[in-house]
Amino acid sequence: MLNAVKQSWLTFKSIFTGMGVTIRHFFGPSVTLRYPEERMELPKGARARLFVNIDDCIGCNLCARACPVNCIDIETVAATKDVDLGKTSTGNPKRFWLTRFDIDMAKCMYCDLCVHPCPTNCIYMVPEYEYSEYDRSNLVYHFSNLEPEMVAEVKEKAEQEAEQKKREREEMMRKKAEEKAKKELEEKKKADEEATKNEKENGGE
Amino acid sequence: MAAILIHAAIPLTIILVYALVAIWGERKIAGFIQDRLGPMRVGGWHGWAQSIADLLKLIQKEDIIPTNASRFLFKFAPFMMFAASYAAFAVIPFSSAYIGSMINIGVFYLLAVTSILTLSVIMAGWASNNKWSLLGGMRSAAQMVSYEVPTIATVLTVVLVAGSLNLMTVTEMQAGNDTLGFLPNWLIFQNPFLIVAFIIFFISILAESHRVPFDLPESESELVGGYQTEYSGMRWAMFMLAEYADMLLLSLLGATLFFGGWNSPFGDFMGGPAWGFFWFMLKGLLLVFVMMWIRWTLPRYRVDQLMHICWNILIPLSFINLVLTALWEVIF
Amino acid sequence: MIEVISKETGNKEMVINMGPQHPSTHGVLRLELVLDGEIITKVRPHIGYLHRCFEKYAEQMDDYAKVIPYTDRMDYVSAINQEHGYVIALERMLELEVPERVEYIRVIMAELQRIASHLLGIGAFGLDLGAFSPFLYLFTEREKILDIFEKVTGARLLYNYFAVAGLMRDVHPEFKTDTAEFVKTFRPKIKELNDLLSYNKIFIQRTANIGVLPEKVAFNYAASGPVLRGSGVKWDLRKNDPYSIYDRFEFDIPVGTGEVGTLGDCWDRYMVRVKEMEQSLRIIEQALDGMPDEGDVMAAIPKRIRAKEGEIYVRTESPRGELGYYIVSDKSASPFRVKARAPSFVHLSLLPAISRGSLIADMVAIVGSIDIVLGEVDR
Repeated sequence: MLNAVKQSWLTFKSIFTGMGVTIRHFFGPSVTLRYPEERMELPKGARARLFVNIDDCIGCNLCARACPVNCIDIETVAATKDVDLGKTSTGNPKRFWLTRFDIDMAKCMYCDLCVHPCPTNCIYMVPEYEYSEYDRSNLVYHFSNLEPEMVAEVKEKAEQEAEQKKREREEMMRKKAEEKAKKELEEKKKADEEATKNEKENGGE
Repeated sequence: MAAILIHAAIPLTIILVYALVAIWGERKIAGFIQDRLGPMRVGGWHGWAQSIADLLKLIQKEDIIPTNASRFLFKFAPFMMFAASYAAFAVIPFSSAYIGSMINIGVFYLLAVTSILTLSVIMAGWASNNKWSLLGGMRSAAQMVSYEVPTIATVLTVVLVAGSLNLMTVTEMQAGNDTLGFLPNWLIFQNPFLIVAFIIFFISILAESHRVPFDLPESESELVGGYQTEYSGMRWAMFMLAEYADMLLLSLLGATLFFGGWNSPFGDFMGGPAWGFFWFMLKGLLLVFVMMWIRWTLPRYRVDQLMHICWNILIPLSFINLVLTALWEVIF
Repeated sequence: MIEVISKETGNKEMVINMGPQHPSTHGVLRLELVLDGEIITKVRPHIGYLHRCFEKYAEQMDDYAKVIPYTDRMDYVSAINQEHGYVIALERMLELEVPERVEYIRVIMAELQRIASHLLGIGAFGLDLGAFSPFLYLFTEREKILDIFEKVTGARLLYNYFAVAGLMRDVHPEFKTDTAEFVKTFRPKIKELNDLLSYNKIFIQRTANIGVLPEKVAFNYAASGPVLRGSGVKWDLRKNDPYSIYDRFEFDIPVGTGEVGTLGDCWDRYMVRVKEMEQSLRIIEQALDGMPDEGDVMAAIPKRIRAKEGEIYVRTESPRGELGYYIVSDKSASPFRVKARAPSFVHLSLLPAISRGSLIADMVAIVGSIDIVLGEVDR
């Protein structure tokens, strides 16, 4: 009997202790933010969205290779001899036209692995988180700043140059081959001549 | 005829307005207790129109009835539940000038009518043809039937002291400020055993109206939604409404029986029918607030512990209390 | 309705599916319960709703380091601890030296993560039992830890912070003061939690003597972590098989005491977690004192990691128990096989053993008290 009274006293006591805690919180301040009106300041290094400073990109493809989910899609075209793409702000010479630099943020898992290998620090995370879309295809970010005509032109030029190089190389190869053939022919001739000479000499005796 | 309609309309208006306020209030209280703000957008100041917006949303929702449900019972249950708690308001004296029906067996009628709630909960649980609903319905049937016993025993204690089953008479008895010279003549101050009776009564009404720590029929983390699992839209809103109405009804009953009903705590100061209504609602809403406060503090009991508390503790205690009160009345 | 007649009692039994969409199965676990009234006669957990082929992915990667973000996603509420185990395994395999400063930062981060994970586990446990407010109070504290993490690593949940023999980036200058501030403000919150929940009589009645896991059964099912310690076994890999620099710190191993019920019940498992948070605070304080202010956060290692042919098993103490990584290398740049020994998976198999004969409401308590994360169960 006494035990039962004690137990129920303890029950009430623990309930009132709990209610004391909640009523203190009731009159305490709120800890939440009213989101669209108030926004949380993200710290400097927050990883929320990938950004590419395309002017500094040298098209080395290291980030795409580091990505575990293959969300970075890069297409580069070698620059022709007549144009100079200049240098990046870090002093690396640029040798490629970046005809495509797409990042699919729907696939991205914000792991930061692409950021570290970049030699020019041009791909990095920015603390911007309000970019939801109704269509998933809108989450593919195109960072290449070349116009489509420009891309076509560049590609054509590069192709032409490649063609020319190929032709040149072929020419060279042909020349080489011709020379080689000539040489061989001459050598053969020589050998033949020598052989006939020897024969003659031998025959003369 | 017109008088009947007016008498029917007044409690209905009170219930509807109260439900809108209470649902909003519960969310605000929950928010403040949990260091949040609660609804803040609809209607401007602290989202006061949130319940109205919710109501409009619920009305527009599709009325889904499961294929294998018992259609009639499924449709009927929420209305029956609301009707039961609405009907009970007829004998609540809202102010010295207004009571729905002045009958001599007010308390008896109230307890009888609220028993129908149990039936409608079982009906909803059974008709849904869902195992979770069935478990919820069964639990709630057991719970409500059990907890009616201590409720009735404590109400009986009050009736014993007051000597009347009419709630108006009980309230009128509690007018004046003579207890110990300054306290109001409320029944809870009249007799030490009535304090015990009030504690038992309060615990029982927590269980009767399915509030934490006794909210087993709809314990969302165990039974998903209990008997409401399959309900949606307006029918679900009816359940919600009935539940809040039930909470108010039992709180008002508590206020009438123990806290002097519409009597002002300051004697004649701020008396009169209009102030009476104010005091009465204030007392009832304070009890409702305590119920909400408890809800956002405590975990819930298990179904067998609930039964244990009822049958092994509350029922014997309430009957002993009844006898002791009777002795007190005889001696003093 | 599917009904079966019980062979033992002759009663009609009901089969009921708890989950995969159920508020208190902590994710997408499906429990097939056979009920006699409300009493459970049989439990069968069904898993695999969150299977993401972690182990196969690890084999497909062309680099050891690319697996680290995937380990985060195994147990997403204690990502740092998952990374920790994996990088330690790699470092032991490659026999790499880790700078001292890195070790200290790793320990601080791992212990903060342990607190964050326990906060979620305890809060969700309370939520299962109907206590709503403690959950949100604990979440407030967890948010503070996540703020610290976000400032350091840049992410709030899946950090990818530990690299092989180093860290992805150095901590910011205010790291020490921020963490010390958190430790200071967090201590009183544990007391508040004890007032509000731990010693609440209703909570005790719901958890004491429920889901009792005797020591012997715990051993037989290879339980570890708080679940094993709840049964009164003093076994913590940070002490018994020290990794990183845990042997330098002074801390106790809290074990279940059967204070309010039987040894090894839900309350004991719960309380072990609460006490562990205090011990983690102690470790953090010591580590903050010992942490060198200057130093590299990356050891000099080759860009492309190539391990020798061989295999290794490394176990660490994650908040949920013994987290083991078994890695086989075939000399190529990627692991030949990675197997993760996930504690949640092991503990889930305990469920049928300790929940027979209990009520549905107890089932919820038991699932909550073993604190499983489905991401780790299914991997």
